[in-house]
Amino acid sequence: MTTLGSKTAAPRSVTGWRSAQAKRAIITVLGWSVALVIFFPIFWMILTGFKTETAAIADPTLIFSPTLESYQAVHERSGYARFALNSVAVAFGSTFFALLIAIPCAYAMAFLPTKRTKGTLLWMLSTKMLPSVGVLVPIYLIFRDVGLLDTRTGLIIVYTLMNLPIVVWMLYTFFKDMPKDILEAGRMDGASTLQEVFFLLLPLTLPGIASTGLLSVILSWNEAFWSLNLTTSNAAPLTAYIASFSSPEGLFWAKLSAASTMAIAPILILGWMTQKQMVRGLTFGAVK
Amino acid sequence: MATLQLHNITKRFGDTEVIKGIDLEVNDREFVVFVGPSGCGKSTLMRMIAGLESATDGDILIDGQRINDVGPADRGLAMVFQSYALYPHMTVEGNMGFSMRLAGVPKEERRAKVLEAAKILQLEPLLDRKPKALSGGQRQRVAIGRAIVRNPSIFLFDEPLSNLDAALRVQMRIELARLHDELDATMIYVTHDQIEAMTMADKIVVLHDGVVEQVGSPMALYHHPCNRFVAGFIGSPKMNFLPVTLTGVTPGGVAIRLPGGGERSVPVDGQHLASNAALELGVRPEHLLLDEQGPLSGQIKVLERLGGQTSLYVQMDDELITIMADGDVAYRVNDTVRFGFAPERAHLFDAGGLALTSLQQHPLAGLTRHDNRAPGSPAEEPA
Repeated sequence: MTTLGSKTAAPRSVTGWRSAQAKRAIITVLGWSVALVIFFPIFWMILTGFKTETAAIADPTLIFSPTLESYQAVHERSGYARFALNSVAVAFGSTFFALLIAIPCAYAMAFLPTKRTKGTLLWMLSTKMLPSVGVLVPIYLIFRDVGLLDTRTGLIIVYTLMNLPIVVWMLYTFFKDMPKDILEAGRMDGASTLQEVFFLLLPLTLPGIASTGLLSVILSWNEAFWSLNLTTSNAAPLTAYIASFSSPEGLFWAKLSAASTMAIAPILILGWMTQKQMVRGLTFGAVK
Repeated sequence: MATLQLHNITKRFGDTEVIKGIDLEVNDREFVVFVGPSGCGKSTLMRMIAGLESATDGDILIDGQRINDVGPADRGLAMVFQSYALYPHMTVEGNMGFSMRLAGVPKEERRAKVLEAAKILQLEPLLDRKPKALSGGQRQRVAIGRAIVRNPSIFLFDEPLSNLDAALRVQMRIELARLHDELDATMIYVTHDQIEAMTMADKIVVLHDGVVEQVGSPMALYHHPCNRFVAGFIGSPKMNFLPVTLTGVTPGGVAIRLPGGGERSVPVDGQHLASNAALELGVRPEHLLLDEQGPLSGQIKVLERLGGQTSLYVQMDDELITIMADGDVAYRVNDTVRFGFAPERAHLFDAGGLALTSLQQHPLAGLTRHDNRAPGSPAEEPA
């Protein structure tokens, strides 16, 4: 959690100072509460992964003797590595292509806007509000006919399109914050549009692009609807891996938790390591 | 070195016409200043010359060649931006050498050129620094350096000093004037600050609402403003304006009755005036003289002692008149003062705001900054 309001101006009076303190305390408590509520299921899942199946369905308790037997069972049953590799390939692949398409789009929208730019942006975002299941049948049929079912390429295409609106939108806000003068100075110095983008725009908005990319990786990594419906084995990512523990064998909570923990661990660690970058990127426009 | 011509340049943004048919000529090695209040179109005009904005209508010619359709980099111009617009992720050297890097100039040659420019601007010790480690004045110099290395035919400056503090602004003003002499280049400079215009320009272009109000040397604009707008804009503090009544026209001038009843004859051409024409008298604060026998009087409302000079703000009917007086005047607030002016220092404006042509040309009106030097002497560094 970042502490909010840590940079408020020096208060003028003692009462002002006290009320500022109280406000900060309330915000801190509120922030931590929300964070804990959000984190609790993940925390409980990680705990359950270290329990035996019987302990997992017993009355909830924090005191138990931890065991790795669920992890062992999960490990014996299926190739975690293959699923993980698919997840990595699909998440990073789709992010790469989303950025590749979105950077020119956002450039055009931010620096060469027309009357309809705002409308286009809103329309793009509105596509995210449609339920995915609405297009499941057509996409499934198309994928079947062109042979993309259960392929990484297929998933990469779907994820690229799925994340494109958000990626364009975020890049647009970062590009908009870029001082126009700098690009114009580049143009005066003889930079072509491509040189402008590579030598000036990209280096200067790198934090924003990085956080956009991270968000896209995370969204793709966690996506389950399309991965469950469009893959069976060859291209199945970790979300399918988790699912495979719930359906065929009934509900084995400990194993399911162990599998889930292993599935989310990489992205959790990635998120943790890049936390600062993410927060900075996501609040870039707001705090500047 | 280069000349620039603008023919009937027009710029429309949607339905708004911001530049309304401007004709202008900039001579080789001239220092031309576009000056005007914000929103007058001066920056837009410069951006059109630079190629960052396209002209809706009209022709832009450099050395006689139409360049409307030439890209900004290929016009042979360099621009210094108000925000400096340095590349924050590059060192000073990287910033100054960027244009050459894009053009594929070999590294050694690039370095040599950057060093040469850095020497002119005393930037050598800073070449490895990033812009954020520089002071405002240093950033400004890097921005100028970036322009110099391009060896442009015309330098464009877009309010380059407005982000600097007052002391630094004076220093940079001197430095820019020195640079102009040293580089012997054509320079176009945009500012809203009439002091910058007066001190640096060979030729001032006063813009207002997208049209050129007057073009001339600083002294010509100061002594012979062609209309009320230029008269009020050039000179600081602002010129005072008083409504007066026309009493007669003679070959030697126009006779007027001042508020308070005094009569004066101002040496301007009034042959075309109708007998009941409404006129306005304009006298600069420094040309109003405290005088016990003066035809004008009023009560001092505010008195600002600057040391060498004292500004008196005098209430006269509805007008607040500014008088620049000697530093040691003994008046106090609420005192009543009498004052007058030398008729040849006064201006008359008709109802449309146009100045009546002066019958006496001021001896310095044709003077440019370069004429301040003794004939034949080399470009001298101002102290």
